[in-house]
Amino acid sequence: MTVMIEKMKKKTRTNNLINYAIVIAAFAVIQVMKSTGNLSSLLNGLLIPVCSYIILAVSLNLVVGISGELSLGHAGFMSVGAFASAFFSKSMLDAIPFVPLRFGLAIVIGAAAAGVIGVLIGIPVLRLRGDYLAIVTLAFGEIIKNVITIFYIGIDGNGIHVSMKDKMSLHLEEGGNVILNGPQGISGTPKNATFLVGVLLVLITLFIVQNLINSRDGRAIMSIRDNRIAAESIGLNVTKYKLMAFTVSAALAGVAGALYAHNLSSLVASKFDFNLSILALVFVVLGGIGSIRGSIIAAVVLTALPEMLRFLSDYRMLIYAIVLIVMMLLNWSPKALELRERYLGRFFKKTAKEGK
Amino acid sequence: MANMLEVKHLGISFGGLRAVNEFELNIKKGALYGLIGPNGAGKTTVFNLLTGVYKPDSGSIMLDGDDITGKSTIEINKAGVARTFQNIRLFKQLSVLDNVKAGFHNSHKYSMFAGIFHTPSYRRVEAEMDEKAMEILKVFDLDKDASYLAANLPYGEQRKLEIARAMATEPKLLLLDEPAAGMNPNETQALMDMIQFVREHFGMTVLLIEHDMRLVSGICEELTVLNFGRVLAQGRTADVLNDPQVITAYLGE
Repeated sequence: MTVMIEKMKKKTRTNNLINYAIVIAAFAVIQVMKSTGNLSSLLNGLLIPVCSYIILAVSLNLVVGISGELSLGHAGFMSVGAFASAFFSKSMLDAIPFVPLRFGLAIVIGAAAAGVIGVLIGIPVLRLRGDYLAIVTLAFGEIIKNVITIFYIGIDGNGIHVSMKDKMSLHLEEGGNVILNGPQGISGTPKNATFLVGVLLVLITLFIVQNLINSRDGRAIMSIRDNRIAAESIGLNVTKYKLMAFTVSAALAGVAGALYAHNLSSLVASKFDFNLSILALVFVVLGGIGSIRGSIIAAVVLTALPEMLRFLSDYRMLIYAIVLIVMMLLNWSPKALELRERYLGRFFKKTAKEGK
Repeated sequence: MANMLEVKHLGISFGGLRAVNEFELNIKKGALYGLIGPNGAGKTTVFNLLTGVYKPDSGSIMLDGDDITGKSTIEINKAGVARTFQNIRLFKQLSVLDNVKAGFHNSHKYSMFAGIFHTPSYRRVEAEMDEKAMEILKVFDLDKDASYLAANLPYGEQRKLEIARAMATEPKLLLLDEPAAGMNPNETQALMDMIQFVREHFGMTVLLIEHDMRLVSGICEELTVLNFGRVLAQGRTADVLNDPQVITAYLGE
């Protein structure tokens, strides 16, 4: 019987390894295209945002797919990560000249800040379920965006100055530096993000999420998703595990934000609005709820597609919408699944009955 | 012998309805006890009171000498009460093995850090859980289905898996809510044998709700009959089933 357990474990392991392999293979292909000059500047500019969207999608999948709760405020966590890390990078520009150390710390700070906000929001919000939770997370996302917009923060010889009025009321000394400039956000963040760093962060995110799912805690999170009452009856602490999934997810969204921020010279809070939260949800839903690989693929395709369709000019968004519908049908309609099973089943011998 | 469960003056109201009133129950260690009654008598409500899903308005519940009155479901499970449900509640998208392993959650621990980085403690504890889970699955004859999703098991097997999951929490008292519901006579017979086996093999005290009189009279030593939230009769199975009051409650005058 241990043979059977070994088989199950091997299957999960192979599944996880395929995801790493896809990311690394994509990285290699892009690098080759880059060095042979086959990569258009348009696509080149998309590489880092795509990495950050993948991280966002995978992290949201942890809440929506694994924990089974609908969150519509993930852009908020991303913006917390983006602003915290950009703030750190810009204010430490001279203090820590060694780029890898500064950028590394910035990412950790972005993740930690988003994680802390995740806990603070999660404690009251996770008492709600379903639609109510979605509405409240949406509201919190907007609150985070607006709070960041009204703050002015500057640094001079005397330390940090904070104002909620305007730049002038910071009363900075000569040589003082405005870091966060209200609605204009943070400009002049060092552009430290590279494609390599992006891919590494994607791999780290995959490592954390996939291993978490296959651990004792992941099992508890999924048990609670499948049946809350039964989970309580065997002694699982529902609030604790919902909060764990929410917090890890928020922290990873913060990482996505940190990566995103260090690719832009000017960072504004209005970028992280409701539309971005919905976009992340679209990645998760179209990729298949609970499927990590699906999230990765959907994030890549749906980010690259609008850019690749630019030559269609006016018809661009029309085609984009059609692609969304087609993907939805292919992923969810029973007939399409049947066809997929029949044709792909020949290549991958899979018994439909067996577990993940 | 000492009592595993002692319930005194237990009661709860929902609005103006007194769903359970002055409920008394004493179960000896290692006993197989039945709780029966017509539909709507309050049997499942009693289970929900015993497991902390509802908080009683009055009365006390003692488990093996410890007071568990008014505690949360999680605390009561940790104290040693596990249950199954009338309408099956499995973790459907998890494998059969993982359903049982979820039951080991509080007895087999490692940190989240260990889980993410697959440290030696993760490997050791997971291997231990696998082994123990397979042992339990073997008892219930589910070991060959370990890798299936719980949702894909046939109905009867799902009921068995629910009991297996409850057993994984290593309880002192097992509550079964209509374990034979929806089973045919053959399956019911197999279930009866299995309940007997579990009780002897694990030295378990079992309290079960059942409508199937064959099952009740076949395996329960003692019975409590509940009607309109009150205890109608209590005692040895044969005596209780021949009590004219009980017959009236079931069949009418």
